[in-house]
Amino acid sequence: MKKQKHEFLGGFNFNPFDLLSEEIIFMILDLLNRNPLDKKSFSLVCKSFYAAESKHRESLKPRLQEHLPAILCRYPNITHLDLTLCSLVSDASLSIISNGYASTLRSIDFSRSRLFSTSGLFGLALNCKNLVEIDLSNGTELKDSAMAAIAEAKNLEKLWLARCKSITDMGVGCVAVGCRKLRFICLKWCLGVGDLGVGLIAIKCKHVCYLDLSYLSITNTCLSSILKLQHLEELVLEGCFSIDDDSLAVLKHGCKSLKSLDVSACQNISHNGLSSLINGAEGLQQLTLAHGSPVTSSLADCLKKLSLLQSVKLDGCLITYDGLKTIGNWCVSLRELSLCKCSGVTDEGLSFVVTKHKDLRKLDITCCRNITDVSIAHITNLCNSLTSLRMESCTLVSREPFVLIGQQCHLLEELDLTDNEIDDKGLKYISRCSKLSNLKLGICHNITDEGLIDIGRGCPKLLELDLYRSAEITDMGILAIAQGCPGLEMINISYCIDITDCSLLSLSKCSRLKTLESRGCSLITSLGLTAVVVGCKELTKLDIKKCHNIDDAGMIPLAHFSQNLRQINLSHSSVTDVGLLSLTSIGCLQNITILHLKGLTPCGLAAFLLACGGLTKVKLQAAFRWLLPHPLVEHLEARGCMFHWRDKVLQVELDPKCWKLQLENPMP
Amino acid sequence: MDLKGELQKKVPQHPSFTNFNTQHQQKWEDPSILDYSTRIEPPFQAFNQNSQTQSSLLCNPHNQIKVPIQDGPVNESLQASKVQDWDPSAMLNNLSFLEQKIHQLQDLVNLIIGRRDQVLGRLDELVAQRQQLITADLTSIIVQLISTLGSLLPSVKHTLSASTPSLGQFGQFGEVVFPSGQGLNDGVQPQNAGGSKVSEPPNSVEISNNSGNEQNLIIEEHELKDEEDTEEGENLLPGTYEILQLEKEEILAPHTHFCTICGKGFKRDANLRMHMRGHGDEYKTPAALAKPNKESSSEPTLIKRYSCPYVGCKRNKGHKKFQPLKTILCVKNHYKRTHCDKSYICSRCNTKKFSVIADLKTHEKHCGKDKWLCSCGTTFSRKDKLFGHIALFQGHTPAIPLDETKGSNRPSDRGDANQATNKVGIMNFNFSSNVSSESGVQSNVDVKGGIDDPSGYFSPLNFDTYNFGGFHEFPRPPFDDSDTSFAFLLTGFGNYTQKNRQD
Repeated sequence: MKKQKHEFLGGFNFNPFDLLSEEIIFMILDLLNRNPLDKKSFSLVCKSFYAAESKHRESLKPRLQEHLPAILCRYPNITHLDLTLCSLVSDASLSIISNGYASTLRSIDFSRSRLFSTSGLFGLALNCKNLVEIDLSNGTELKDSAMAAIAEAKNLEKLWLARCKSITDMGVGCVAVGCRKLRFICLKWCLGVGDLGVGLIAIKCKHVCYLDLSYLSITNTCLSSILKLQHLEELVLEGCFSIDDDSLAVLKHGCKSLKSLDVSACQNISHNGLSSLINGAEGLQQLTLAHGSPVTSSLADCLKKLSLLQSVKLDGCLITYDGLKTIGNWCVSLRELSLCKCSGVTDEGLSFVVTKHKDLRKLDITCCRNITDVSIAHITNLCNSLTSLRMESCTLVSREPFVLIGQQCHLLEELDLTDNEIDDKGLKYISRCSKLSNLKLGICHNITDEGLIDIGRGCPKLLELDLYRSAEITDMGILAIAQGCPGLEMINISYCIDITDCSLLSLSKCSRLKTLESRGCSLITSLGLTAVVVGCKELTKLDIKKCHNIDDAGMIPLAHFSQNLRQINLSHSSVTDVGLLSLTSIGCLQNITILHLKGLTPCGLAAFLLACGGLTKVKLQAAFRWLLPHPLVEHLEARGCMFHWRDKVLQVELDPKCWKLQLENPMP
Repeated sequence: MDLKGELQKKVPQHPSFTNFNTQHQQKWEDPSILDYSTRIEPPFQAFNQNSQTQSSLLCNPHNQIKVPIQDGPVNESLQASKVQDWDPSAMLNNLSFLEQKIHQLQDLVNLIIGRRDQVLGRLDELVAQRQQLITADLTSIIVQLISTLGSLLPSVKHTLSASTPSLGQFGQFGEVVFPSGQGLNDGVQPQNAGGSKVSEPPNSVEISNNSGNEQNLIIEEHELKDEEDTEEGENLLPGTYEILQLEKEEILAPHTHFCTICGKGFKRDANLRMHMRGHGDEYKTPAALAKPNKESSSEPTLIKRYSCPYVGCKRNKGHKKFQPLKTILCVKNHYKRTHCDKSYICSRCNTKKFSVIADLKTHEKHCGKDKWLCSCGTTFSRKDKLFGHIALFQGHTPAIPLDETKGSNRPSDRGDANQATNKVGIMNFNFSSNVSSESGVQSNVDVKGGIDDPSGYFSPLNFDTYNFGGFHEFPRPPFDDSDTSFAFLLTGFGNYTQKNRQD
């Protein structure tokens, strides 16, 4: 019927999009998630699309608080508000938010914002009754009164308070009493909080399932009540130095529901304390013991009965052979094992471990400098289902075993080979890992374009590639990568000194490129940069430090095309006042490093800083501190910009091989 | 003059102000702040003495109001004391007290006359406060005079008892002077309604409430101190020691030299030596009368222990489980702490009261440093106690000190009024039981206190703060079961005092 009507009217005023119901448009919009620009284009099609997009959008990440009133008018249905880009959020803005989104807002993130105070939070908590998530991390100026305000958000379920150093037990107590539905609490680095506040949370908030208490000076007094929580699944006790074996010995029962436990950097907890902590926690799946007491057989023994254990992280621990052997004798088969920077990991021990844990998905043996080809051979033979292998700086491993990695571990998605002996032959085999998305080949001096061409052919899913200081790479290799991996989002070609504009030209085909680091590529010029910025509209992070040939001519197209640029490093380039001033048209620009720019004058800098309203972090030479007018600096700081004054003398570039030698210093 | 001295001088002045509240609105010319400061000018020693005597006779209006509630125990002990005889020395003491009081009264009136013209240009509110305080002071002195005079009447002679002087005083009020006290109270209320700026209903409630709580507080502290004073391990068999019982007046006299035989105190050692002559010929020798630098002879003397003159007290020799006090100092402190009015109020918190000045000083060292406050108005000296309290009760929450709220509000770009309402809102939330009205007042007090207004100290509302502070210092157990018991106790108080008022 409706169709007929439209046909009838078709003569005068027919809009085919009227046939699309709102539901259908919303479904289409749901799929336009990958690139934020897509939705923007969509909304610019016509008024009805504009309206539909406004209605559809639920999550928002505004850049400046000044835009909030306009945003409010346009988007009425926001449930998630991410204010991490607004370094300043005043109470006035908060009241706009809390009045505008009183019924819809469910989640808000202040983790990078400041300036707001208790009264703003109070209004938010009172007005937005549906608020379930608040991230107040890094609110170092927040006091207990702010917590009392948060306590008014009765429906709150998730609360992040990391690094809120000024709050005390009193504030946490208010939250514990006020927000009874809390399930997820992060109190990391809240140094003012102790046993009493945490204990009260355990008593009052019975539904807590995630609790991060890292670096708090808590003891077993509150631990006993925490372990009584019925729903606690994840407990992080990183760096809780006050917890020791003696206090843990008092604990009568562990937490049955616990699935993940992190006792990293708790030097005072040995196997005795650990066993009483996990006593009864049969369901434990994930255990992190990084930087703790030595992993001996007794420690490993006390974990034996955890039949559901899947992931163990022992980063930075001293591990004995017996310890590794006992781990190898566990009846469970681990999915994840991290031995990053563990001393004492030997071929024999590691081989024994992997023979028993064949189902390993993720293995981290970063900086296990004593292991050789033997270990790698065992790992690759036995653990065929590895998806992630991180083996940075396994310096004793020779060129050959990398072939085995490519031959045996086809499922690899993440591979970190930084600072290894891998050569083109190895890369050729590794290119068989077609699922590879993250490949790190930094400081691999043996690889050349040949290997990279293989990677480009074999790994179409590559998203991140790190070629830092892999000096043999030239434009050919980059071309192969750019052609073979169209989805590339991040590439680091720093100090690949032979790279020229051709590479950048080929990279311009990677339209999703977000991060480009090309430090010290002195051959690239403004032309190359122009090519990249024309092709890669999503570029958000650009590092062209020590690209001496990039000058103002590169900055103008950059400013024109890279409207999403957030972070830029221009140190040691040939950019002058003019280029810098042109960057002011990039509205998103927040973070800029401008050291050792010869053509930069105080006036130009001042004009740039004034015109660039959204800056939050600026690194400058200390000399400018006295050259810039003091009121200007004060004004900018009040606007939310942080200044970092650097006074580093220009360093002569080291020989690339010298780098390698420095890193090769054997472990004592 | 050093700060300490000043403090000591100021402190005893407070009780009379605050105790009496602001019920008596009279048409005095407004005295200024200066009045107050000059009033505490008299040299320290004289003043101290003064205050000691003042408290020696438990006859300020505060106690008077307390009497009805105390009815039960007072009557009981009265019957016990009636048998005993009247003491002429007490009468003498009373007379000298009267003399002092009259002098005080004269001073006060002189002051008011002297300062009459300085008041122009003062803030009205402040002036009114001053006026109320002066009035209160005057009234207190007059009432003390009347009551002491009453005790001199021969008709009540038989109720006075040498061994239980304080009870005697109580009884006195209960039987004879009490009507006048009641009359005073009654007479005050309408006057208040007419003249006082402070709202009337809370006031009347306060009086009754306060007395009720005060009473409880005394009992509680009594028990507490008893435990403290118990001499560990001393199990002297009855009869192996000599029991001495000082009279109330002796205990409360500002003496430093005491007779080791009868315990009578003297201001000067020379007087004591003269006194000793009465105890026997051995004290009449020139050597004994000379300045003492000799050791007391090694003759076997019977161990001396002391009894508290308050009948019914565990420290009184008449008590079944009598526990003697070791020294005269013990007696003095025990008596003051347990059976005397707590007339030293901490000038910082304005809530804590003490009867021994040393206790006040100890408290003042810690006062204000760590005040842990619950939303219900209860304060705790220790944070863990507060958290234990909060863990126990539903709806109670830690109360964040206001100065902090203020401080963090500073960068706000919102209106001040908004902030203020927020503050009150924060302080007030979470009340559901009948505690609410009380604690509402409490938080108001705090708001007032937060503003730097000296007159706030004398606000009659401060009484509530005290009530609550005292009330919750009960030993824990009664509260431990549930909040209902808590609520019950509160309502109980309300009912009880109301009944009393109707009587």
